[in-house]
Amino acid sequence: MNTVKLVAVFAENRPGQAARVTEILARANINIRCITVASSGTFGVMKLLVNDPDLACQSLKQAGFAATLTEVIAVEMPDKPGALHTVAACLAAHDINLCNTSGFVANHRAILVIEVEDTAQAGEILKKQGLHVLTQQEALAV
Amino acid sequence: MFWHQEIETLHRPALDALQLERLRETVRRLERVPFYRGKFLKTGIQPEDIKSAADIRRLPFTTAADLRENYPDGLLAVAREEVLRLHTSSGTTGKPKALFFSRRDVDTAAELIARAVCMTGVTRRDVFQNMMSYGLFTGGLVMHYGAEKVGCLVIPAGPGTSERQLLLMQDFRTTVIHILPSYALYFADFLEKKGIDPRKNLALRKAFVGAEPHTEETRRKIEEALGLDVYNSYGLTEMNGPGVAFECEGKCGMHLWEDNFVLEIIHPATGEPVDDGQTGELVLTSINREAMPLLRYRTRDLTSIIPGPCACGRTHRRIHRITGRSDDMLIVRGVNIFPQQIERVLMAMPQIGRNYVIQLEGLDDMTVKVELSPAGFDGEVGHLTELQNQVAEKLRAEIWIRPKVELVACGSLPVAEGKAKRVIDKRSL
Repeated sequence: MNTVKLVAVFAENRPGQAARVTEILARANINIRCITVASSGTFGVMKLLVNDPDLACQSLKQAGFAATLTEVIAVEMPDKPGALHTVAACLAAHDINLCNTSGFVANHRAILVIEVEDTAQAGEILKKQGLHVLTQQEALAV
Repeated sequence: MFWHQEIETLHRPALDALQLERLRETVRRLERVPFYRGKFLKTGIQPEDIKSAADIRRLPFTTAADLRENYPDGLLAVAREEVLRLHTSSGTTGKPKALFFSRRDVDTAAELIARAVCMTGVTRRDVFQNMMSYGLFTGGLVMHYGAEKVGCLVIPAGPGTSERQLLLMQDFRTTVIHILPSYALYFADFLEKKGIDPRKNLALRKAFVGAEPHTEETRRKIEEALGLDVYNSYGLTEMNGPGVAFECEGKCGMHLWEDNFVLEIIHPATGEPVDDGQTGELVLTSINREAMPLLRYRTRDLTSIIPGPCACGRTHRRIHRITGRSDDMLIVRGVNIFPQQIERVLMAMPQIGRNYVIQLEGLDDMTVKVELSPAGFDGEVGHLTELQNQVAEKLRAEIWIRPKVELVACGSLPVAEGKAKRVIDKRSL
């Protein structure tokens, strides 16, 4: 099953943290394609879709950050009303819970990035629905 | 291995007799010190009245306040020209406590360190990197002289930067380090970040850790992280500095050199002795010092005597690792809490890093800031929230208060150059 690797990094919830993370990535010549932040009280987790997740993760770790890679599904949808509903309803019908979810539209292509407990199962279901689940390279090429 | 087997394994009755003789001698010596002379006159005690070990209770206590009031040289027991070294204690407030050494005192202090060093299996073939501060603090010089006496190659590294410490360790193949526990934990993080595996890339085999009370869990964490054996070292400036009590290879309590110090454990409030094995305040009398012996010095350190003989054959009794200082005790919402209790919980959790801060604010609001260990991170914000609750719950079980727990980034809490400052009390009580 096609999956996409995101870099997850722990950061305290205070000014300057995103600046520090992005400075490290800029120095490593990493291109960020998508970013989400989930915060909980005094801290948060930033998740980034980048051109070189292994290098990005390693650079952050070397700078002292707690960082790791997580596998998610990137699914392409038509860029029109009701498209997201189709995906959500399809997953709902199979009793699949969405965890962190984000999306972006670029070059007239709509990409939904979702985290679920069972990545393989969700990927299969979406494929059966006729949706395209992107590889890492495809996600980066959007 | 023994440095001085005869004295280290001296038959208990002979050791007791030696103690008594030296105690009498010390009282005689202290008759020259106005502070003690005044106290002796008040109770009428004379050196000859010290007939049994229990008679030490007829002698007056000496407190940290007495040392400060008699600063700089009011407690000196020899002529000024007999003194060749001065150390002071890291007084956190007000005047420091000064301690003088005669030539013989310098040598005796080194002798006790030599015993301790040999006791852990260190020999003249070892390379000893002393990462404690040189200068007024005893941890540098006193340990240095003792390790030299054994014949180790001693590197007086001092506290310096971690980069330089590592360079020395690599270039001179350091095998033994003397280090603060808080710095050892920080240094382990530093190595991890540099991608250096101490087991593969360094020659370290033993660490002497002291000058800050720490827990068994911290010892294990340092041992795992640095791949070496950690030996607990107890000392205080007022009693020479390091080497008062030290662990043997059994790593089960610290042998206190009873030919040099008389050991008492008392109830801190009443001053009465506690039963063997019970925890109380350690009280020490230096009975083999010339320049500045102290009678029944109230260390404020809490410990207990470990009953029974040790497998190593030494007859000098062992004390348990320091469980706290009676000064360090925090009272939060009416509950007595020692920072070590909190440390014990934190160090046993692999997801939590090695540095922490206890912050008290407002009216008894307690926040424990802990660093997230990089290994404890899986990218899930929900798991982090759970971890936070788990820490708070474990702390509640230990200290009966549920503190606020704040997960912070690894390396974000301040690292002290000297002794770690773990408690920040900003309460407006």
